Amino acid sequence: MERILEVKDLRVNFKVRGGIVQAVRGVNFHVNKGETVAIVGESGCGKSVTAQSLMRLIPSPPAVTTGSIRFKGEEILTKSLRQMETIRGKEMGMIFQDPMTSLNPTLSIGKQITEGLVKHQGMSSEAAKTRAVEMLKLVGIPNPESRVSQYPHEFSGGMRQRAMIAIALACNPSLLIADEPTTALDVTVQAQIMSVLKDLQTKLGTSIILITHDLGVVADSADRVIVMYAGKVVESGKTRDIFKNPKHPYTRGLLRSVPRLDQKKDEPLIPIFGTPPDLIKPPAGCAFCARCDEAMRVCVNNDPALVPVEGEGHTAACWLNHPLAGEGGESA
Amino acid sequence: MIRFVLKKLLFIFVSLFVLASATFFLMKAIPGNPFMSEKEIPRAIKEMLEAKYGLNEPIWKQYLTYMNNLLHLDLGMSMKQQYTTVASIIGTGFLYSLQLGIFAIILSIVAGVLLGIIAALNHRKFLDTFTILLAVLGVSIPNFVVAAGLQYFLGVKLRWFDVAGLNDPTDYVLPMIALAVLPAAFIARLTRSSMLEVLTADYIKTARAKGLSGRVILVRHALRNAILPVVTYIGPMTANIITGSVVVEQVFGIGGLGKFFVNSITNRDYTLIMGLTLFYAVILMAARFLTDLAYAFIDPRIKLSSRKEG
Amino acid sequence: MAGNTETSNPLPLSDVKLTKADFAKLDKSEKKGELVVRESISAWKDAWLRLRSNKYAMVSLVILLLIVLMAIIGQSIAGYDYRSQDLMGTNLKPNTDHWFGTDDLGRDMFARTWMGAGISLQVGLYAALVDLIIGVIMGGIMGYFGGKVDEILNRFCEIMYSIPNMLIVILLIVVMEPSMFTIVLALSITGWISMAWIVRGQIMQLKNQEYVLASRSLGAGAGRILFRHLIPNAMGPIIVTLTMTVPNAIFAEAFLSFLGLGVQSPAASLGTMINDALKAMTIYPWRMLFPAVLISLTMLCFNIFGDGLRDALDPKMKK
Repeated sequence: MERILEVKDLRVNFKVRGGIVQAVRGVNFHVNKGETVAIVGESGCGKSVTAQSLMRLIPSPPAVTTGSIRFKGEEILTKSLRQMETIRGKEMGMIFQDPMTSLNPTLSIGKQITEGLVKHQGMSSEAAKTRAVEMLKLVGIPNPESRVSQYPHEFSGGMRQRAMIAIALACNPSLLIADEPTTALDVTVQAQIMSVLKDLQTKLGTSIILITHDLGVVADSADRVIVMYAGKVVESGKTRDIFKNPKHPYTRGLLRSVPRLDQKKDEPLIPIFGTPPDLIKPPAGCAFCARCDEAMRVCVNNDPALVPVEGEGHTAACWLNHPLAGEGGESA
Repeated sequence: MIRFVLKKLLFIFVSLFVLASATFFLMKAIPGNPFMSEKEIPRAIKEMLEAKYGLNEPIWKQYLTYMNNLLHLDLGMSMKQQYTTVASIIGTGFLYSLQLGIFAIILSIVAGVLLGIIAALNHRKFLDTFTILLAVLGVSIPNFVVAAGLQYFLGVKLRWFDVAGLNDPTDYVLPMIALAVLPAAFIARLTRSSMLEVLTADYIKTARAKGLSGRVILVRHALRNAILPVVTYIGPMTANIITGSVVVEQVFGIGGLGKFFVNSITNRDYTLIMGLTLFYAVILMAARFLTDLAYAFIDPRIKLSSRKEG
Repeated sequence: MAGNTETSNPLPLSDVKLTKADFAKLDKSEKKGELVVRESISAWKDAWLRLRSNKYAMVSLVILLLIVLMAIIGQSIAGYDYRSQDLMGTNLKPNTDHWFGTDDLGRDMFARTWMGAGISLQVGLYAALVDLIIGVIMGGIMGYFGGKVDEILNRFCEIMYSIPNMLIVILLIVVMEPSMFTIVLALSITGWISMAWIVRGQIMQLKNQEYVLASRSLGAGAGRILFRHLIPNAMGPIIVTLTMTVPNAIFAEAFLSFLGLGVQSPAASLGTMINDALKAMTIYPWRMLFPAVLISLTMLCFNIFGDGLRDALDPKMKK
């Protein structure tokens, strides 16, 4: 399988008043051509920062990004701004969380689709407009010919997100980063948006990185899942393995806190208590330790590495997967 | 769109009507009339004068005549300047005031928007702090102090400019700056804060994710949105420029409307006060109307829902 | 995809010497880094802390307090009455006797400047007070009752507001004799409207929030809801508007003085003093200096303090 994106030891630090926030602390993952990889986790776990740094959209004075991001064999982090402009929109597209605010209110939808086409593919404005109409049709907007000259406020939330998808995919990028694309939408619209994405993925062969905290969306659409906690990957693997055989207590916690159809009536939903650690001073040991029901002595001061566990490509970062785990007994 | 325009026009008409009536009755409420103070006028002449200005008729009749005349754009005669209509006084003064006012508006928009953008793009750096400081000073120093200061230092001390009058083009410089300081400072603050807000907006991130160049993002995406609050300020700015012109024309001895207005108040020339008040009101309303139109033109969201005064 | 390279974390499991004891389960009490609980502080205290850390605003506040203090005691330090004329010593430059010099009637400028500052500040303060009272009442009524009442009052406000307020103020003072009372009255005629709108907007936004509905369902009356719940919560924007009203009123009074419609002699405001000095500026520029600097400084401090206050009360706005 062709790897389109390879991220190694990605770290993003933000300078803030009280110190340095280590938003992303050494993340490794890859994306293959044509597959959908979901990054899940609570808000503040670094998933959005990771996604945005793939396109170098994190403003650089407060943030310092290190590590390696190789996209189609080329290093992203050392590219000049001018070079980035030729990658953004053309090779990588991005959809944001809130379609109400991520479209420019003073430009027509058509204009917002065509400006990328004119820049990246040197289209004339007529050709670009034809393409814009095509794109709107492709994402399922009725009457695209008249819709194309309308403004965002004349679109509903779901239609705006479709328009965002049209913008992101207009230049046919090989990677689409969808940052919580359905979070701000109604449940019924969520499903429509996801099916538009899936549909276009099969038509265009795009790889998708899906950032979300909604496990329902993940189960339906992702090939592989990366679970992030406190700026690190704690578990990753095929969607089926993650759901059927989670190897990290945090992943299990996430799954337990979501209702399932096959759940028994008296089986309770169990929330994960507590809050994530302060990333200005991340803990020495496992970051999840303080909230973990199964925490052991070793967890306090030793940060577990991500190691292969049962299942193809399945990895987890938890001491419970150590051969000695379970033999320590209860605490004295 | 037509509904929107008609509604605005109706509103302007009602406001002007209220103002005209208020002016009329206020002036009538002053005890006595303008000829009473001048004791040496013989009784016969006084009665003649009163008859000429219709001051001996019942109030309601005077009101109707006044309103009727207004509809015919007749503002009456000056009470202090012989054989001069209010309209002709306005005619002579308006040209100067209009020139100065338009120059000052252009200067303040250009300077204000530029400063605001420079400040926003250098957020929390030296240029930003410097611009904020300049802008706070600009809104804090009263315009007669600015005018007098410019006149004293650049006119009297350094002799770079003439102290008074509007005889050659350089004479416009000082009054124009004195008029523009306050609105420019205000616009700079407005532009800076709305620019900062816009620059963090999600759609700017979308634009960056599209791979547009910094210049295109700045001009097409950020500035267009950041300028909206500045457009709404055009109405209040006109009011500022008018009150400013009253002061500045007086300081620099320019024979514009502002100077006539001050004189009419010191001379208690009531017809001229009423005429000038209405004239100023018409200009202000026109400015607000144009602002609304401009806003609707720039912001596509306005066309659907036309609400609230600017 | 087995054996992929995604394992570059610091502690591969085998690298550390671990014993069975390390894998003992932890008690709740043994867990480190439990929830970061920050001290909770009230919104007002929070705002005050933010304001206090803004050094520009604090310096402005201190200067303003000094100006107020001097406006109260300045005349008694001067050693001269602001009215007493000395025709032998007119237009004196600042000297050890008359610290700010004398004016064209030989009156002590130091005494007059602080007297003028006092008058200007009082005009600002009274205007703000009247705006506050009328604005809060009218805005409260509009916002709380809504519907027809709101529609009629709001239309009225819109028409009043659309008439250029400076013109109305000038007309009113031409009709009434200029004095501090009439100036404040004239400024308030249209001044309260923006305050009313702010209160109205705040209340409309707040009145449907849960705590108000809860209070209403417990049988609280309109007055109680308005004054116990709505107005205190609308306080932030009200205060910010007030700090902007004061300098605006001072500004307006100075402008009126310029038209000869200010406080009448022998009393003086900073505006009237500047206007008097303007006539002889080329010969006696120092007469202009002190009142002009003082009025600019006052305005500057009010503006900076007002900005600081707005940032402190509305952290969302702060950039």
